[in-house]
Amino acid sequence: MRRLAGVEDEEKWLAEGIAGIQHNAFFMHRALDANNLREVLKYSALMLSELRTSKLSPQKYYDLYMRAFDELRQLEVFFKDESRHGLPVVDLYELVQHAGNILPRMYLLCTVGSVYIKSKQAPSKDVLKDLVEMCRGVQHPIRGLFLRSYLAQVSRDKLPEIGSEYEGDANTVMDAVEFVLQNFTEMNKLWVRIQHQGPGTVREKQEKERNELRDLVGKNLHVLGQIEGVDLEMYKETVLPRVLEQVVNCKDELAQYYLMECIIQVFPDEYHLQTLETLLAACTQLMPTVDTKIVLTQLMDRLSNYAASSPDVLHEFLQVEAFAKLSNAIGKVIDTQIEMPIVGAMTLFVSLLTFTLRVHPDRLDYVDQILGACVVKLSSVPKLEDARAMKQVVALLSAPLEKYNDIVTALTLSNYPRVMDHLDDGTNKVMAMLIIQSIMKNNSCISTADKVEVLFELIKGLIKDLDGTDTEELDEEDFQEEQNSVARLIHMLDNEEPEEMLKIICVVRKHLMTGGTRRLPFTVPPLVFSALRLVRQLDSQGGDITGEEVSATPRKIFQILNQTIEVLSSVPCPELALRLYLQCAEAASDCDLEPAAYEFFTQAFILYEEEIADSKAQVTAIHLIIGTLQRINVFGVENRDTLTHKATGYSARLLKKPDQCRAVYACSHLFWVDDIDGIKDGERALLCLRRALRIANAAQQMANATRGSSGPVTLFVEILNKYIYFYEKGNPHITPSDIQSLIELINTEMQSDDNGNRRIHSDPFFTSTLRYIRFQKQKGGVIGDKYDLIKL
Amino acid sequence: MNYLRGAFKPACNISITFTDGKNRKQVPVKKDNGQMVMNPLFHSQETIAGKVCIEPYQGKKVEHNGVKVELLGQIEMYFDRGNFYDFTSLVRELDVPGEIYENKAYPFEFPTVEMPYETYNGVNVRLRYVLKVTVTRGYAGSIVEYQDFVVRNYSPLPPINNSIKVRSKLSQFPGSLSLFILNPFALKPLLASDMLNSFGPLLDVQMEVGIEDCLHIEFEYNKSKYHLKDVILGKVYFLLVRIKIKNMDLEIRRRESTGAGANTHVETETLAKFELMDGAPVRGESIPVRLFLTPYDLTPTHKNINNKFSVKYYLNLVLVDEEDRRYFKQQEITLYRLKDESS
Repeated sequence: MRRLAGVEDEEKWLAEGIAGIQHNAFFMHRALDANNLREVLKYSALMLSELRTSKLSPQKYYDLYMRAFDELRQLEVFFKDESRHGLPVVDLYELVQHAGNILPRMYLLCTVGSVYIKSKQAPSKDVLKDLVEMCRGVQHPIRGLFLRSYLAQVSRDKLPEIGSEYEGDANTVMDAVEFVLQNFTEMNKLWVRIQHQGPGTVREKQEKERNELRDLVGKNLHVLGQIEGVDLEMYKETVLPRVLEQVVNCKDELAQYYLMECIIQVFPDEYHLQTLETLLAACTQLMPTVDTKIVLTQLMDRLSNYAASSPDVLHEFLQVEAFAKLSNAIGKVIDTQIEMPIVGAMTLFVSLLTFTLRVHPDRLDYVDQILGACVVKLSSVPKLEDARAMKQVVALLSAPLEKYNDIVTALTLSNYPRVMDHLDDGTNKVMAMLIIQSIMKNNSCISTADKVEVLFELIKGLIKDLDGTDTEELDEEDFQEEQNSVARLIHMLDNEEPEEMLKIICVVRKHLMTGGTRRLPFTVPPLVFSALRLVRQLDSQGGDITGEEVSATPRKIFQILNQTIEVLSSVPCPELALRLYLQCAEAASDCDLEPAAYEFFTQAFILYEEEIADSKAQVTAIHLIIGTLQRINVFGVENRDTLTHKATGYSARLLKKPDQCRAVYACSHLFWVDDIDGIKDGERALLCLRRALRIANAAQQMANATRGSSGPVTLFVEILNKYIYFYEKGNPHITPSDIQSLIELINTEMQSDDNGNRRIHSDPFFTSTLRYIRFQKQKGGVIGDKYDLIKL
Repeated sequence: MNYLRGAFKPACNISITFTDGKNRKQVPVKKDNGQMVMNPLFHSQETIAGKVCIEPYQGKKVEHNGVKVELLGQIEMYFDRGNFYDFTSLVRELDVPGEIYENKAYPFEFPTVEMPYETYNGVNVRLRYVLKVTVTRGYAGSIVEYQDFVVRNYSPLPPINNSIKVRSKLSQFPGSLSLFILNPFALKPLLASDMLNSFGPLLDVQMEVGIEDCLHIEFEYNKSKYHLKDVILGKVYFLLVRIKIKNMDLEIRRRESTGAGANTHVETETLAKFELMDGAPVRGESIPVRLFLTPYDLTPTHKNINNKFSVKYYLNLVLVDEEDRRYFKQQEITLYRLKDESS
């Protein structure tokens, strides 16, 4: 009937029920005031009869129940006071049983029963036993559940537990436990039974209703957990087996799941630890549809927390071989529950791992064992596709990283990479990123080639294209971030020992070379710099290593570098390659390896000639070349001449005149290095400057011709500054008159414009240059003397 | 009427008092008109003694042919109302014929009277004890006065008092009427006549099969003989439940049969209806039975009282399913009055 009724009908029935209760309660109150026992019993029974309804859903029924409950409290007060009703409580106990309907009868009996216990005229265990037995008469699930929960409620403070006034003599805590267990068993049966009522079409609604009622059942377990005096022994021998028996035998998914959850939550951790075997055995006997993994997960989480709570308890875990038991149980569950999705298994492994890391942080073999089991499970299924499962695997793999804060530890786990193999590419990358992040965060240094090898095997998702990856789909930003991470990682690989370091570099190189054109620009530079660092290290250690029978010589490293960078130029990424060549050249120069340095320069020039076509890039490149070349002092005269000549030549052939001009005057520095042993070819420096002047002039004229304006005098000012610089540095070929005439030239240029108008000195660069000269004059001293020769 | 009655007013007032009337226990008895009156209580083998007072009305004298008091045990069948069958009759002559002018008291005594039967007020029959005082007069008609009293007899504890155990599994007793099913519509309050009918032709073979496959129960009452303040304990055990049971009641039924042979008249009343179970049990469930007999108006079982009537009691276990079909099983119990009861 109820199933078909609408919500409004239910509201109506509830209202009717409440009205009925209020009506009869009114008369009951009158009788209470008059101390008229007969009338009290009559109207209280009538009032309680409202609870006999079958029309309400559990929630609404609860409303009704609560109303009646409140009234029963007053009734209890009346029953307690013998002077008011004049009957010994034992007679009252019989009298209320005369009620013809069972439900009112039982509510009244429970109420009087609680008074009876309180009066201590009968042993509490006998009364409790009688009540819990008599309640069997109510077999209707909802009514029975509420009745029994009423019983549980009124008896809660009257259980003969340790320390209670009702304990003692024949009443032991065992009786209390027995009572609660029995009530629990019966309630669970009623609860499970709900599903067998009504047609299958309302299954969903029933499940919902059952869920609403579950706390009534679970309350008993809470009480069990709270009874004073249930020691481990009793828990192990009586409480747990009985509860589990009920759980297993009820063969109901919802109940099993909820009750296992309850058991895990309400009883103390140490009890769980000591009864692990029993508990786990029960887990494997649950219905196949029960989400055992959540149950086990919760259990392990609790145990983990327990282990973390105090180091003193750890030995208990060892004593009971908690790991082995849990591991076995999980294995069994996974084996038996074939339908369990892979994500479930993975969740279990994660929990077990968390547990292990907390309890046995020193047992890496356990961790590896778990990962091994995970591999077995993963191998048994086709390629992992479930995103949630993937997430769990990531969690599984991250856990050791977090725990040990050290990738090095994880690298010793042989099953670690095997698990990673089962991830899809995307996740694999995420995991690789996590690994790298962990390394970065902890600043852990990976210092052997073997570990580097393993590590790169782990993060190979980032290093190279895996089969079937569609590179088109990749997000550019993500890609860059990934590759930047890899680049950062390379710097974390370090070993003091050059031998090993070289090995590391070789390993890294081997892996990076597989990365393909998109990755190399990111990954090669750090590798190069890492190698250069090694070179510098070798260099600073002195020459005693070079020439001996060791592989880690700078020469060898430069060979490797050369090959490495060469790859870049084919990528094509010539600008980057050029920069790296120049870096290497400089390093080689520092190591006094002229041939190597020359080779690198050659490579750089070739790149410049062949690959760098863009004029802007050319400008940048030529300035880099000039800058580097200027700093290198390893070259012999001949080599140097060749290179400088080349550089000057390229400078003069740049496309734009201003660029030409600037490059050429920069070249002047190639001939005058302001070092103690630097080259000092003042004449050629001057030649460069003159040439630059010519070009500047040409540029000026060209500008005049094409745009009708002479354009700025910036180039002249710049050249002027070069003049001043060399003059100051003591280049004998630069005379004060040169400078003076240049200043005049600039002035003239600035005064003449197309309209013949005088122009104010408006170029700030020129102004400050002049100011500088004046300043030096005023300052006096050696330099000031020189400037005195210049007339402004 | 008053005036008429005045004309025929008896010449005297007769009152009967018992010797220990003030101390003797009184029990309520329902009179024919439905009123409750208190009557003194006696047991068999007691001496019934007292006093008969005759008080002539002012200024009148009572002439009589003798005064006597009788102790009568009577059975009255309601279908034969007014016709009493006396199974006990004792007489004491109190006075020889003469005249009474003033109040006169006559003590009387019936020593250790044998009163084998209990007072009983049934549907179709009544058993009563009465003292009858007759002032015999010739012409004006005798003046008669009655005084009822109640007799109750204790029984000793029955030497054998087995529990009742029934296993209702039709497949084992195909021929027996172990469970009855009644027409669900005809039977809201279970009536005596329906009960009778159900003992035979109404029983549906199909239903029996249905029951066989859907409901097997086993029940047990702790005794077969209960005293009137006793409590019935027991349990009902469900072996097989394939029907949706709504509730289960235990009824106490009284079966009163009067007459003999072809004239036997049977009347059944349900005196108690006590809900044992609410809702549908599942297989393996056992439901406790605890029924206090105190609140109900019961008498001991009477077997063939003077060949006139019998009163038997039954426990009727009734199961009602969701379609209001009723299944029941009835067991006779013997009720007796125990000596150390307060009444």
